[in-house]
Amino acid sequence: MKEQAVVQGFANDLEGRKRKGVIWHVFFQISTVVGIIALIALLLNVIDGAFGYVAYEARVDPDTLAVNGTPIEDQSKEQLVALLQSSLSSGAYNKLDKEKPFADRSREEVYQLVVERIIRPKVVQVWKLWPSLTQADQIRATVEQDHPGAELDFVSWLTTDFVTRPQSSEPLTAGVRTAILGSLWTILFTILLAFPIGVGAAIYLEEYAAENWFNRIIQTNINNLAGVPSIVYGILGLAIFVRALEAFTSGKMFGIVNLTSANGRTVLSAGFTLGLLVLPIVIINAQEAIRAVPRSLRNASFGVGATKWQTVWSHVLPNAMPGILTGTILAISRAIGETAPLVVVGASTAISFDPSSPFSKFTTLPIQIYQWTSRPQDEFRSLAAASILVLLVLLLSLNASAVLLRNRFSRRF
Amino acid sequence: MAELTLKKVETKAPAMNLRRKPRWGEMIIQGLLFFSGFFSILITLGIVYELGKEALLFFQMPGVDLLATVTTTEWKPHVNKFGIWPLLTSTMMTTFIAMLIAIPLGMSVAIYLSEYATPRVRSTLKPILEVLAGIPTIVYGYFALTFMTPILREIFGRDVVQIYNTGSAGLVMGILILPLISSMTEDALSAVPRSLREAAYGVGATKLEVAVQIVVPAALSGIAAAIIVGISRAIGETMIVAVAAGAGPNFTFSPFVGAETITGHIVRISGGDLSYDSIDYNSIFALGLFLFIITLTLNIISQAIVRRFREVYE
Amino acid sequence: MNNNSDHKYVIETHDLDIYYGTFKAVTDVNLQVERNAITAIIGPSGCGKSTLLRAFNRMNELYANSSIRGDVCFNGQDIYAREVDPVEVRYRVGMVFQKPNPFPKSIYENIAWTARIHGYKGKMDEIVESSLHQAALWDEVKDKLHQSGLSLSGGQQQRLCIARAISIQPEVILMDEPASALDPIATLKIEELMQELKKNYTIVIVTHNMQQAARASDYTAMMMLSRDGERSGTVIEFDETTRIFTNPKDKRTEDYVTGRFG
Ligand SMILES: Nc1ncnc2c1ncn2[C@@H]1O[C@H](COP(=O)(O)OP(=O)(O)OP(=O)(O)O)[C@@H](O)[C@H]1O
Ligand SMILES: [Mg+2]
Repeated sequence: MKEQAVVQGFANDLEGRKRKGVIWHVFFQISTVVGIIALIALLLNVIDGAFGYVAYEARVDPDTLAVNGTPIEDQSKEQLVALLQSSLSSGAYNKLDKEKPFADRSREEVYQLVVERIIRPKVVQVWKLWPSLTQADQIRATVEQDHPGAELDFVSWLTTDFVTRPQSSEPLTAGVRTAILGSLWTILFTILLAFPIGVGAAIYLEEYAAENWFNRIIQTNINNLAGVPSIVYGILGLAIFVRALEAFTSGKMFGIVNLTSANGRTVLSAGFTLGLLVLPIVIINAQEAIRAVPRSLRNASFGVGATKWQTVWSHVLPNAMPGILTGTILAISRAIGETAPLVVVGASTAISFDPSSPFSKFTTLPIQIYQWTSRPQDEFRSLAAASILVLLVLLLSLNASAVLLRNRFSRRF
Repeated sequence: MAELTLKKVETKAPAMNLRRKPRWGEMIIQGLLFFSGFFSILITLGIVYELGKEALLFFQMPGVDLLATVTTTEWKPHVNKFGIWPLLTSTMMTTFIAMLIAIPLGMSVAIYLSEYATPRVRSTLKPILEVLAGIPTIVYGYFALTFMTPILREIFGRDVVQIYNTGSAGLVMGILILPLISSMTEDALSAVPRSLREAAYGVGATKLEVAVQIVVPAALSGIAAAIIVGISRAIGETMIVAVAAGAGPNFTFSPFVGAETITGHIVRISGGDLSYDSIDYNSIFALGLFLFIITLTLNIISQAIVRRFREVYE
Repeated sequence: MNNNSDHKYVIETHDLDIYYGTFKAVTDVNLQVERNAITAIIGPSGCGKSTLLRAFNRMNELYANSSIRGDVCFNGQDIYAREVDPVEVRYRVGMVFQKPNPFPKSIYENIAWTARIHGYKGKMDEIVESSLHQAALWDEVKDKLHQSGLSLSGGQQQRLCIARAISIQPEVILMDEPASALDPIATLKIEELMQELKKNYTIVIVTHNMQQAARASDYTAMMMLSRDGERSGTVIEFDETTRIFTNPKDKRTEDYVTGRFG
């Protein structure tokens, strides 16, 4: 380029440089597109898993349940209830009646119970959405040939029932209600720990802390904690909340002796562990929000003789609050998606009862996804895909509310 | 203006006293705020103390010794073999593969966004990358197992690629880390002063030459910091490897076979009912401490680099 | 009226130096502020006028690593003494800033909050109304007391800030270029207001506007960067305003004052 080139040589050189520029421009663009394609592939892959054909066989042939030639599809609610009473153990029957008296259940609900509890369909094979759409005929042929007795249905694994049913080991009747409630309980305690301490720390660092080595250490430490792998927080939670503070986190301290509770492996321990995990994020976001409050406002307040706390409480915090809340919501959505620390803290592998207190055993949506993904059978992968959709919708709505909050309250000065 | 409005409503207490009165409320609140700030120090101390204590207990267990741990290549807790190398190599494998994806792609994305893209393109692309960064890692784990692994098996053959393998986990981890590297790199690139770009354009450089030969070198330490943070993130990443990289330590350098990483091992061991003070229980603290020290070191280095970088341009 | 009239001057400084870190922004100021008068501080940009003004009610402390040497007395009491609470000082020495800075609250709350934090227990409506009257703003805002203070025009905002400052009846009001962001009509309003307020308050005002200083003030302090090569400001002349503008002792004052008049 710097040679003493003749005019033509110089012009050629420019052509080459331009061509190189175009090639690399395209390369940079493609790299960016790859990121977007990855996102699309990830989402499509989840959707692909959450819908499709499923072939299932009845463990009990419905034909044998016909009464006087009336197939169960046509039987009345009373006949179905009688069928349940005769087929189930009296304990199981009474338990169902206790959950919701049969008198109050519609025929549809009772019919559903008969299917779930007596016929008990068993999945023999599932197909993903793409093959279900493109190779429906082949699938039908395969099922007829390999599983002559099986029914083939196109299902959406994600249904309202799926969201409202408790956990179950039967793929066709499993739901994520337990896991969703577990996530919500856990997050409640995460917020209770991280929000007050996080905002307090941010106020301390931005408004009170003098420039000295000690406060610099606090700040550096917070930045470093934000980069500690989440699993390390899980180990810390195991040592502190589950083990050392067991009396507190298991509820024994409060005289709660719950046979089903698993020592300190409770909602409370899980929530606090995630609280420690997101605390640095809450602090850093809150600091940024507080820093954005203009100095003139603080001057105005100090200028009329307000004290520090009066200034902070009445002027700085109200004006920083939208930013603080936005940052906290983002931190919370990080916590909602966390899996590894909760596995270490001791999420339960199979619980079908909803968490009812801080001292309940817990499972959460990501834990449920992890467990279903780890099962080798395809039907559990489908359940995992459906629960991922639930999780993503939850996170999406959280993030959308954060964006709304930010847009609504932005720029007041 | 009416006469009455000019008279003072009342006058202040005659004896002027500017003395400090104790404001107990203020002091209590200040104390609480200080405690909140100090709380983060307690977390760090908690990590160091608890992990250190149990790790010490681990090395005092019969059959465990530090030298064997760092020199042998078998990790088999049931026969008291605790050589860390199989866990370490698979962690290095997944991290390496992830960075193989994340560094070139992340940097290209950053260069594209900061030097080429129009503001409109940038404002649509950046949120997409942020979404990518906000997806829980367990979802990436699912993606690795049900999407990436079948593709690898299709390409390289089912008998070559096992169902669980570090390659698939590493690739997907690369996608996870891409947005992290690209956003940090972009910050570094956009901190390069405009005057430097103008100087280069002024002597007739093309856009590519400005971007690659002027801007990138000027932002090099910021980019280095981004890469180090990315590595630290990859080492600590857990759910992708727990789902897709395989169970069971395996001393191998093949990306096509299953091998358990440090984080994957911790998750699997603690997934069952771990009884306190068992050798398994203590071992996860030792491994956790190891992870903590490595990632902390990397983060501190990265922050030091960023600080130096800031000093240059501010 | 003045309960501390045993001291001749409301504010006095003795050998006052003001630092930002190691940088000495203001050197060796000895100034006496007369009660119920308007004292103007004039001088070129960067000579430390704002810095000096902020030292009068310890607002300086809110800026990173600022410190002072010498002392500032308020009614004879050293306000930088150990046992003095800056909050108490600011309660008695109010401040109006260059850029209007109403709280992002309603007009009413701007005053009510200020009164409330100082333990005002009387009728809130009264103090709001009387403060707004004194700041000559009442008629313009009486129908929209519950709108945001930020919805007012710049001039109105500044008078709201003055109303807020006088609602707690300080003895002194410090004003740092209170009219510099305003148009001439709003400026005139503020000046008229100062003449009214002077009856009850002592006012110290920083201004760049020579006419304003000449018109509105009773005393004038002229500040300049000191001669000794440091970039440090000091008061080079302090006298009655008429003297400063007609018969200054210092050549630099004369240059500055006449230069501005053209
Ligand atoms: N917060 C601060 N930190 C450090 N230095 C400062 C700070 N505020 C002011 N200074 C310095 O102190 C000196 C005096 O500043 P000051 O604002 O008092 O000047 P001024 O006379 O009010 O100027 P102007 O007329 O432009 O308002 C200047 O050199 C300025 O750079
Ligand atoms: Mg000034």
